[in-house]
Amino acid sequence: MKDNRVLEMRGICKSFPGVRALANVDFSLNEGEIHALMGENGAGKSTLIKVLTGVYTKDEGTISLKGKGEVQIHSPQDAQRSGISTVYQEITLCPNLTVAENMYIGRTEGAFTNWKKMNEDADRILKSLDIPASATQQLASCSIAVQQMVAIARAVDMDCKVLILDEPTSSLDAQEVQKLFGLMRDLKARGVGIIFVTHFLDQVYEVCDKITVLRDGQLVGEFEIKDLPRVQLVAKMLGKEMDDLSDIKGEHETYSGADAGETIFEAENLQSDAGIEPFDFYIKKGEVNGFIGLLGSGRSESVRAIFGADRILSGKVKVHGKEVKIQKPLDAMKNGIAYLPEDRKIDGIIGDLSVRENIILALQVLTGFFKPFSKAEQYKFADEYIKKLNIKTASADTPIKSLSGGNQQKVILARWLLMHPEYLILDEPTRGIDVGTKVDIQKLVLELASEGMSVTFISSETDEMLRTCSRLIVLRDRKIVGELSEDDLSQNKIMKTIAGGDSENE
Amino acid sequence: MSKTNKKENFWRGLVSNQLFIPIIALLLLAIINLFHDPTFFKVTMGLNNAGNPVLSGYLITILDYGSELAILAIGMTLVTAASGGQDISVGATIAIAGSAMLRVLCGGEARPTDLAAPVIVAFLVACIVGMLCGLFNGVLVAIFKIQPMIATLILFTAGRSIAAWINNNELPIVPDPKFGYFGGFIPGIPVPTTVFIAIACIIIIALVLKLTNLGLYTQAVGINEKSSRLNGINPTAIKILAFVILGLCVAVAALIKVSRLSTINYSVIAKDIEMDAILAVALGGNALSGGKFNIWASVLAAYVIQFLTTTLYKFEVSSDALAAYKAVVVILLVVFSAPTVRNYLSSLGKKFTSKKEVA
Repeated sequence: MKDNRVLEMRGICKSFPGVRALANVDFSLNEGEIHALMGENGAGKSTLIKVLTGVYTKDEGTISLKGKGEVQIHSPQDAQRSGISTVYQEITLCPNLTVAENMYIGRTEGAFTNWKKMNEDADRILKSLDIPASATQQLASCSIAVQQMVAIARAVDMDCKVLILDEPTSSLDAQEVQKLFGLMRDLKARGVGIIFVTHFLDQVYEVCDKITVLRDGQLVGEFEIKDLPRVQLVAKMLGKEMDDLSDIKGEHETYSGADAGETIFEAENLQSDAGIEPFDFYIKKGEVNGFIGLLGSGRSESVRAIFGADRILSGKVKVHGKEVKIQKPLDAMKNGIAYLPEDRKIDGIIGDLSVRENIILALQVLTGFFKPFSKAEQYKFADEYIKKLNIKTASADTPIKSLSGGNQQKVILARWLLMHPEYLILDEPTRGIDVGTKVDIQKLVLELASEGMSVTFISSETDEMLRTCSRLIVLRDRKIVGELSEDDLSQNKIMKTIAGGDSENE
Repeated sequence: MSKTNKKENFWRGLVSNQLFIPIIALLLLAIINLFHDPTFFKVTMGLNNAGNPVLSGYLITILDYGSELAILAIGMTLVTAASGGQDISVGATIAIAGSAMLRVLCGGEARPTDLAAPVIVAFLVACIVGMLCGLFNGVLVAIFKIQPMIATLILFTAGRSIAAWINNNELPIVPDPKFGYFGGFIPGIPVPTTVFIAIACIIIIALVLKLTNLGLYTQAVGINEKSSRLNGINPTAIKILAFVILGLCVAVAALIKVSRLSTINYSVIAKDIEMDAILAVALGGNALSGGKFNIWASVLAAYVIQFLTTTLYKFEVSSDALAAYKAVVVILLVVFSAPTVRNYLSSLGKKFTSKKEVA
């Protein structure tokens, strides 16, 4: 082992029934290095992290740590004792305790706690890491970013040599991400080795020194960041040369049926109890439009109001020019509207049910309580869409929760496509999933639109919106503040509209 | 290699199958009885009090009393799956439904000489009463979002008093001996009637599960209520429906219970039966936190529990001490159905099969 190497994993193998999750993977981390671990969903990133942190036991291979030589890690406690700490995407602290309590929970010795000393120590660490929180503050009163930082502070204080950040930025806004990066650089300067797992390419190129790429459970390679341009990184992750990220909009024709241009859905003064201003909205046949705005600007709330997912307070809704009542999701479904919700885990999947049952659910509900599909029909539907959307699953009977995030999303998408809706609402369909699936979904949206489906697309990534939508509705502070189409569809113009930069600022 | 895999998969499938634990428990009980006293399994044909030829023996007792429990287990499984909680008012609502049935049959008199109304009418009234109790519980759980155990605590506490009040605290006796058929024997048929009633209930629920989406909706609501709503399911209605179905099961059980004595004892009728019903759901491998369910496993488990109870009586355990022995079973059950133990069993099977392969 080299002198400055803090962690070395050699020949790691891990199998699950029917799946080889990791095959002979090597990974090494130096002191004071931020090392990105990249790969599509199902590539083996999470498995590798879980092997390292003792959540899974490896089948083969060795793990060595600086100054300790080869170690066996059987539990998360083992990992922690060996100086490996993890901060997960979802905060795993206790929001109802104070910051200091969270930092020292489970680490105090003996039956008594010296509260004063604990708070002082906590404050000292927070200060030294420049984290804007005080020891006695309740954790829930901090922003998500600060909570994440507290989790990191806890890890750092446990004298960690290896810090694993598993998608820490997915729920942070741009400013908060910068704060987090500041903290990461600070830790780097102190010699901590950081493993950074993320889906955001920008962020990788902003803070990381090295990249290790995994694909299908195998090591593709370890690269210095300067030697690996973005396009090549994506190509390595996908295992093919990438031309996909170019202009995909041009490849698809716009819908040109006889009824093209007909307004299929129209809302006036629509308002729900989720706290958005009443808004007007329409969509034409074969059109792809989108709601764009910062996190919390009311994008999701708007489409949820269209689908009747929240309680509707007021508004007139017309489908094909005829006034209809949409008070609950079933009403919307009956009118040919489908909605893929933002939060896949909470609103989308039915975890313990099989892929097959998850796919048929919406159509089954629409067909009626007294008309269940036969098993044969169910398998026919499920197999058709598993093939069509290239869903990677052991079988149609596998519980959906054991699929990777991207494949779960495809199952939910299949559920709604099976309904053959006229109007499909996709709320962040590409969040937290890998680049390959992202492109697949974007292409699919354009393809569906060219066949005459109307689609509303929401994404946090402006690129994606620009690539798919022909009309963008801009929201700020839960209110529609503008509409952009054709020549106005550019990053610049969008930023300005979102920020409220009116003509006088130009 | 593939052979090992197949064996492994077989073992895995076996251990993870919901019927695995009840069947093992059944075999275990059977073996214990076989060694202790093989006459346990003896079934004889004799004449009952009415002079009809009937089958008797421990096994018949198990079938007879297990059937009551099996009927309740059907409803309890649905309630558990949909609401993620249990109904503890079952025994008390049996008293209410049974009391209502008696009131209709006897017309409010304590010692009537004739039936005041046909049995079918009385049974329908009991069904309506049972369903109303279920509706009450269901509304508390689904609309007011009260924990099922707390919500049903109300009827659990008040039920037996309400039952006594319905008949002015009298204990009327049904004059027609034919009414006793439901909890006893029909002349000429040596098998207890309860068995046929249970079979009828099982066929009905099987048809309902086959011809409607009750199973899919209930599981979806139990697993992820929010997501179910966004797929057009009405979780409130599904939860209430589950409680109402349990109410129907309660009415059937009440018919059997009242028929056995031709009268009612408000304070002891179907006492603690809810605990056995919940135990059946658990022994059947259904998660008590809701979600996926297997009604057949619960039904089988109901008979296993009756098997246990009867075995304990055979061992001359007094009825007061019965609960303590059952508690031991519950502990074993909980330990064996814990995921860690199951995984361990699976891995044990893996070792076992691979060793055999080497040998």
